[in-house]
Amino acid sequence: MDAIILQTLNGLDKGSAYALIALGLTLIFGTLGVVNFAHGALFMIGAFCAVTLQRILGASFTTIDETRTDFLGNPMQVETPYVHAWFGPETGASIIEWSVPLAILFSIPVMLLIGLVMERGLIKHFYKRPHADQILVTFGLAIVLQEIIKYFYGANPIPTPAPDALTGSYDFGLLLGMDPNVIIYPYWRLVYFAFAALVIGGVFAFLQFTTFGMVVRAGMADRETVGLLGINIDKRFTIMFGLAAAVAGLAGVMYAPINSPNYHMGMDFLVLSFVVVVVGGMGSLPGAVLAGFLLGILESFASMTQVINLIPGINQIIIYVVAIIVLLARPRGLMGRRGVMEE
Amino acid sequence: MTNRFVTRRGVLKTSAIAGAGLALPTYLRAQESGFTNAPTGDTVTLGFNVPQTGPYADEGADELRAFELAVEHLNGGGDGGMLQTFSEKNLDGTGILGKKVEFVTGDTQTKSDAARASARSMIEKDGAVMISGGSSSGVAVAVQGLCQEAGVIFMAGLTHSNDTTGKDKKANGFRHFFNAYMSAAAMAPVLESLYGTDRKAYHLTADYTWGWTQQESIQAATEAMGWETVQNVLTPLAQTDFSSYIAPVLQSGADVLVLNHYGGNMVNSLTNAVQFGLREAQANGKDFQIVVPLYSELMARGAGENIKGIPGSQNWDWKIENELGSRYVGTNAFVKSFGEKYGFPPSQAAQTCYAQTLLYADAVSRANSFNPCAVAEALEDFEFDGLGNGPTSYRGSDHQCFKDVVVVRGKENPENEFDLVEIVEVTPTEQVTYEPDHPMFSGGSLGSCNPGA
Repeated sequence: MDAIILQTLNGLDKGSAYALIALGLTLIFGTLGVVNFAHGALFMIGAFCAVTLQRILGASFTTIDETRTDFLGNPMQVETPYVHAWFGPETGASIIEWSVPLAILFSIPVMLLIGLVMERGLIKHFYKRPHADQILVTFGLAIVLQEIIKYFYGANPIPTPAPDALTGSYDFGLLLGMDPNVIIYPYWRLVYFAFAALVIGGVFAFLQFTTFGMVVRAGMADRETVGLLGINIDKRFTIMFGLAAAVAGLAGVMYAPINSPNYHMGMDFLVLSFVVVVVGGMGSLPGAVLAGFLLGILESFASMTQVINLIPGINQIIIYVVAIIVLLARPRGLMGRRGVMEE
Repeated sequence: MTNRFVTRRGVLKTSAIAGAGLALPTYLRAQESGFTNAPTGDTVTLGFNVPQTGPYADEGADELRAFELAVEHLNGGGDGGMLQTFSEKNLDGTGILGKKVEFVTGDTQTKSDAARASARSMIEKDGAVMISGGSSSGVAVAVQGLCQEAGVIFMAGLTHSNDTTGKDKKANGFRHFFNAYMSAAAMAPVLESLYGTDRKAYHLTADYTWGWTQQESIQAATEAMGWETVQNVLTPLAQTDFSSYIAPVLQSGADVLVLNHYGGNMVNSLTNAVQFGLREAQANGKDFQIVVPLYSELMARGAGENIKGIPGSQNWDWKIENELGSRYVGTNAFVKSFGEKYGFPPSQAAQTCYAQTLLYADAVSRANSFNPCAVAEALEDFEFDGLGNGPTSYRGSDHQCFKDVVVVRGKENPENEFDLVEIVEVTPTEQVTYEPDHPMFSGGSLGSCNPGA
């Protein structure tokens, strides 16, 4: 029982990341009809927004400490962050420590801008081209973005810890009257789940309860008619691309303390997120979220020792097995519209 | 209008003559010297095949720095580095056998097929007479096989799987770096003194050649001192989030987690383990412990705070001569050369690549020939010192170097960004030595040396 609760928590947590990325992918596919293989790269850039802010806040000046020597025997160069000098060591350390949550604010304008530039500068030229062309160009773009990040930050993962107050773990077992240490779960992963729920809720509320969202939904249903009503739907769709980029970026920022960011992390999520989108139903926002959590939970259960002992290797293929079954039984996905991807 | 002077037969004849003409120099060169890529002018070309892209690109970059430094020293540049401390004095800064050393580089991308393609290109197009480099055992085994077929020497860089000098060993291949068995043999006594003999271990293992041999080795060594192995779970190499694998560890009854992971895998699994509170947890009435059998400085840097207090093993450490004395002479000379040129201390990957280049050059000098069979003979059962690892020998029967192994631990209070690990102990060579026919290394044979001609 405790193992099931633990893996359900894990699945919800994994599913949060899948759902956030898949939500952005679906927003782009639903509005612009573009299959965006650069979406994983946007997630990765989000994580590097956290790294960048950590470095900006940690920017330091060098002083020479004659009493100590470096590895070559020369006087030691000591780096002191400016924020330590300006606000004192304790406050300065706290500011640097909170760089990941602060990066949420930093990343939103950055990701919106990157999204808008991507859409206006490159992707808009491919709207009328076949999906294969869109995949090729966005995949190429993803590689270019990866290499740019690697050039500036290197290939090694960069530790980007959560604030001390949010490290450590919560003992759910005690809450449920079990022994200590039976079900413990890291605080930051709980924060990640809550954050994902908030962002997903926010996107749905935006689409459901604002005039802008209503027009976008109308455009997703029938772009031509909305255009004939004199509404500039292209402009709104461009803004939606920026919003999708910001969602992916936020998912990346908050993911940075879970796994140290590296330039390749976007690719690791990209394929899985596409499977999530296809299982959920191309163009269906609730489908993307549902499939994200569903596949996250299934993946976690498949990684349980008892399951691996029963079916060796199932942990590596479970998501794809489910995708095959869903596509065979229901080609439009769990919540896809009739006719989409069924012809 | 047709050209009646051009006939099918004529084209075939001309092509055959032209082809034979083009192939003749290579054939003559091979026949004349009796081996592949015999240097004919006043230069000799070495091929350095390292990951320049992909997840191990930073490690590959450090290896390349070391290779460049070694070539500079061989050609008489810089301060000579470990040439000053090397026990053999055949290398005088005039290149190798009077030929200036040049090098070409390839990108393995940490993929076996890409690594073989770049090594093949360096051998066939650039005329490399020796290939070196590494960072993945899968790649090292693949490139070693290619070098054996092509008739050039392979001086392995960072490769830690038992298989490289075990079931996949080759007569043309030599490894200076230590291996998974040695890590386990070195760590067992340290683990016993740190954590006792009554422990239950849970293993997470990367699902490929290195992970398997590392797990097998550390399981055997820890079980021999009384530990029990509760579970071994294989994890996909492409896995990034290990939470599903870490979560069940505490419930399994284990009180030690052994992470048979390397590079990004290790950084992520260790980070996840610390997030799930394993470092502070109690199990079976003891403090829960985490062990990482193979360490590297870059991994420690990636893991950040999480590495503190975690034990592991290394082939070498840049502080070893300062901390443990002149037995490890050569270390400071190398650190000085490297540090002054690049601004930071070298990694163990850099040290093994630098040492391999010098060892090859010295073997050529002693053999007075670039012929791979003569070089191999010079390296077999060769004993040397002064390259930073203490007295070392290249065993003839499997082409594996035997030397002391460094057991380290993540430093609690690092003084700077390079001071990430502290040396706990050095396990002497005798304790990490095994018989050539040890079961973990059986199943293959060196075969005979291939000069390639």
